[in-house]
Amino acid sequence: MMTPSSFEIPNFLPAVPEIFVLAATCVILLADLYIRDDKKVITYLMSLATLVGAAVLTITLHTGETVLTFSGSFVSDPMGDVLKVFVYLVTAAVFVYSRNYLIARNLFKGEFFTLGLFGVLGMMVLISAQNMLTLYLGLELLSLCMYAMVALQRDSINATEAAMKYFILGALASGMLLYGMSLIYGITGSLDLAEINAAIKSLDDSKMMVASLGMVLVIVGMAFKLGAVPFHMWLPDVYHGAPTAITLYISAAPKIAAFAMVMRLLVEGLGDMHVQWQEILIIMAVLSMAVGNIIAIAQANIKRMLAYSTISHVGFLLLGILAGTAAGYSSAMFYTITYALMAAGGFGMILLLSRSGFEADRLEDFKGLSERSPWFAFMMLILMFSMAGVPPTVGFYAKLAVLQSVIDVGLVWLAVVGVIFSIIGVFYYLRIIKLMYFDKPVDTAPLETTADMRIILSANALGILYLGLMPGSLLALCVAAIG
Amino acid sequence: MISMSHFLILGAILFCISVAGIFLNRKNIIILLMAVELMLLAVNMNFVAFSYFLGDIAGQIFVFFILTVAAAEAAIGLAILVVLFRNRRSINVDDINSLNG
Repeated sequence: MMTPSSFEIPNFLPAVPEIFVLAATCVILLADLYIRDDKKVITYLMSLATLVGAAVLTITLHTGETVLTFSGSFVSDPMGDVLKVFVYLVTAAVFVYSRNYLIARNLFKGEFFTLGLFGVLGMMVLISAQNMLTLYLGLELLSLCMYAMVALQRDSINATEAAMKYFILGALASGMLLYGMSLIYGITGSLDLAEINAAIKSLDDSKMMVASLGMVLVIVGMAFKLGAVPFHMWLPDVYHGAPTAITLYISAAPKIAAFAMVMRLLVEGLGDMHVQWQEILIIMAVLSMAVGNIIAIAQANIKRMLAYSTISHVGFLLLGILAGTAAGYSSAMFYTITYALMAAGGFGMILLLSRSGFEADRLEDFKGLSERSPWFAFMMLILMFSMAGVPPTVGFYAKLAVLQSVIDVGLVWLAVVGVIFSIIGVFYYLRIIKLMYFDKPVDTAPLETTADMRIILSANALGILYLGLMPGSLLALCVAAIG
Repeated sequence: MISMSHFLILGAILFCISVAGIFLNRKNIIILLMAVELMLLAVNMNFVAFSYFLGDIAGQIFVFFILTVAAAEAAIGLAILVVLFRNRRSINVDDINSLNG
């Protein structure tokens, strides 16, 4: 127990990027009040500058060592630094893609950017959490921002309904997670993840049962946040109902943070119960891959289709984690990062096709894209191939790496199931490519975009192709980060 | 003498009531929000009981944070409820079905 006499000034250095994002976002929040509605581009540029500044700070403060601070409740380690840099990168891309869409819908206001940045702060705290309290606070900061963002389009029935569903189910998930945390705290007597892991080793059978119950509840809470079957009900509705720019935000960077949450809680906190959580994750992974890939086929709305595709990707991500080896964790990390890049690109394409009063969220809106814009049809082709896992895109290597890691621990049947479902999944990705290249365009309006979006979106898709041809550097980064 | 198990049973009962309230309630969204709050309070009960009987203050600190977050969560939940009501003129759970999920 800490007494006033033992208080010492904590080491703030590892948390400087978080402090910077917090301060900068508060400045933007205040400055935005004095910026006229037609000058909101200043808020936008300040938000991008915040992300760039945070990236510079994270990279310059990166030591490659694990540093604990704030009485061991906050950690700065290589995994966290790599994940944070990708969170900034993906969020910056999200802001750029969203700009025209938001202007056309009169949503280009400070709220989107400040909530987005506070969400980034939540993700950063979640990624750096070394204590259940820090983890919970990071998670809630992220979730509360996302609930509010989904409801940002206040006059839309679909958006507000999606926000309500997301809020109720998200709050339920947080409650489950907290109840599990309280049981784990009661059994191990600590909130610190490292101390929990040490305490679990020496539990007797009756206490182990309570700890297992706590673990199950924690996994339920995490599965809700990740969107793994059978806790995926909110995901298609929220992706469909929210404005596409918000769907883009929710689908990309928070998945990186969710991966970090699983790593911190299950691997670092409950690593000793691996045998028990592995079974649960196997069931969730198989169900996610099955439900995601099969139901996606029946969707006519591309946002819903990508939502089910997300569910199937979560299944693959869980494969890497459940392997329980360092190779498995780094392959899951690789999968998460590449998935976030693919999701940003995929929803970015929908934003590219949309314009004022036209959402471009039906599959037929992609018909004949190759005639309207051969270049962006090709970019979409790369993105869809990557999501389907077709070489030479990075999606192929990501799938290969997670399947390799489950084969290495002797779960060959699981790898076979994964391959079968990803082959089923190829169908609905290829359908989009067929619509783009072999059908006549229904909508012949020219694409209304600005140069910055065209450049970033092209870079995003080409980056996926590049990572597919040269996966070595990112893979090595993930391996080094897991250690 | 009230033992720790009494507190834990109370916490578990409150938690079950709130989960049942979320899944069985077919009438009013405000009741859903109340169930969510009750759920967090059930967790608080657990944390305080564990904290007291373990002689460890960290659990009680956690409760302060949960209470704070719960207040923020209620604010956002009610705000969403208000915009939903403006759009639909109803807060009936069965009417929330324009997204088929």
